[in-house]
Amino acid sequence: MKGVRHYPGFLAMAVACLAILYVPLIVVMVYSFNDSTSITTWGGFSWRWYADVFTGPEAPRFKAAAWNSITIAVLAASAATTIAVAASLVMIRGGRFRGKSATFALINLPLMVPEIVTAVATLIFFSAIGLVTGYVTILIAHIVFCIPFAYLPIAARLQGIEDSFEQAARDLYATQWQAFRLVLLPLMLPGVVSGFLLAFIISLDDFIITNFVKGAGMETLPTAIFGSVKQGIKPNIMAISTMMLAVSILFVTLSYFVNRIGQRTRS
Amino acid sequence: MAGMAPEPGVDGGGKAGLGYRRLIGPLLVPTWVMIGIFLVLPVLLMAVYSFLTKEFRGGVVWDFTLAAYDQFFLNRGLFGDEPPVIEWTYITIFWRSIWQAAVATLICLAVGFPTAWFIATRPPKSRAIWLFLITVPYWVNLLIRTVSLKFLIRDNGPLNESLMAIGLISDPLPLVNTNLAVQLGLFYSYLPFMVLPIYAAVERYNFALSEAAADLYASRWVTLREIVLPVVKPGIIAGCILVFVPSLGAFLAPDLLGGAKTFMIGSLIDEQFRGSQGNWPFGAAAAMILMTLVLIVLMIYARAQTKAEAR
Repeated sequence: MKGVRHYPGFLAMAVACLAILYVPLIVVMVYSFNDSTSITTWGGFSWRWYADVFTGPEAPRFKAAAWNSITIAVLAASAATTIAVAASLVMIRGGRFRGKSATFALINLPLMVPEIVTAVATLIFFSAIGLVTGYVTILIAHIVFCIPFAYLPIAARLQGIEDSFEQAARDLYATQWQAFRLVLLPLMLPGVVSGFLLAFIISLDDFIITNFVKGAGMETLPTAIFGSVKQGIKPNIMAISTMMLAVSILFVTLSYFVNRIGQRTRS
Repeated sequence: MAGMAPEPGVDGGGKAGLGYRRLIGPLLVPTWVMIGIFLVLPVLLMAVYSFLTKEFRGGVVWDFTLAAYDQFFLNRGLFGDEPPVIEWTYITIFWRSIWQAAVATLICLAVGFPTAWFIATRPPKSRAIWLFLITVPYWVNLLIRTVSLKFLIRDNGPLNESLMAIGLISDPLPLVNTNLAVQLGLFYSYLPFMVLPIYAAVERYNFALSEAAADLYASRWVTLREIVLPVVKPGIIAGCILVFVPSLGAFLAPDLLGGAKTFMIGSLIDEQFRGSQGNWPFGAAAAMILMTLVLIVLMIYARAQTKAEAR
């Protein structure tokens, strides 16, 4: 008898779960170092497909796509984080007010509407107001769906900060802005950073909405990869995928540790 | 649909002194403007577009008509002059999507529940590591994950090669372009959504209940069925919703892993906005029907929640 917490087979299921989640990614990672041109046979370890990504025939296309992806992700995440910080201050520190539940629903709306519906609606809207689809339309769409992802960790962090710190600052004649900038913001910082990182990843990750509002000739990394994959999975795609994988894992790990540090400073 | 933000705080007392009440308007304007103008307004406009007339080069003519919905549900023959009969093409696509999403949800539940239970019963340190490992794939690009899965399960891919090498099968399993591949893809895409809410529910579960059941000679599995499942049900339902809803409108898994026979709502909608063969009002109508389905699911969920809270 191992106690009521133990169920035979559950460990195996959990291990299987991890295996299912990671095996495909590991396989692609391994094959991205395959020297062979064929994706089926193993021809020894090599960096050639990574070199191909940066200098090969498709390099200019990938470089442009990567530049778009990264700049859009930085701009969208910055804007979404700023908007989320402003909203969280009022939502958490503003007490009760009219329209609070509605605002709360509005912030969560991008999570509730199916992505393909958001994509269609956004495309229709931009075409109706005559905004030419391209970099700017992608950026606007990304800011919108990044807001809830930035808001989640920021609001959670702010909720855990007692207002006595700001009260003390105000008692010592700090203006509201000073109390925010010098006292509250540093305390909020772990939440803000992890909100930014999550928004960044979500923006970098998006395919469906971007694919609808990108217009002709504009590519981000996911749309460029999708275009290539339609003709078959080539080794250089596996190299790009592995690099993007590394970036995602790096960011999530960073966000995780920032949160951990945050929890430690809070208690 | 990664979960809801924390509920707005109910206590307002004592915080008015910090001056944020004064700033409610200015601090919320960016949120209202961005989501209001660039999401709410577009969805409303999409509803209007679904009643407009299609233009042949893609786009619309501002003449109100029910043509898009008529085309979705009714077949009036090649020239539109025959008595209408029910058009099954699109209903079948929707039905298939619901079915695929439901199967994917069930597979997620079958794998996700034991996993969540296992994680929640670990000591805190290893619990954090397990949770981290389960969450990481969610943040990895969905396109890359779907492509990886396709690479793994394709006819001469590593999975079939290794199964053939150990002599389990003599011919490669034709997985790609099947319903099973799409279900696997959806399962693989949204598995973390199932594990996390169930984990949260099991973590709050009072194991004394299980001990009491065991003292009364209930077997493990009877305890699981009669005691544990009813208590953690809210977590299970939340997990099912979080998997089912995005699966319903999924585009990448059916598009990359499926074929013509596994065509789902996402691809149907996508097709209406591609090039000159598209039909914007019809695409808008299909998106409206999808959104209505999702809203129905969410409303049933919300009602079940309020009922559970009332009890």
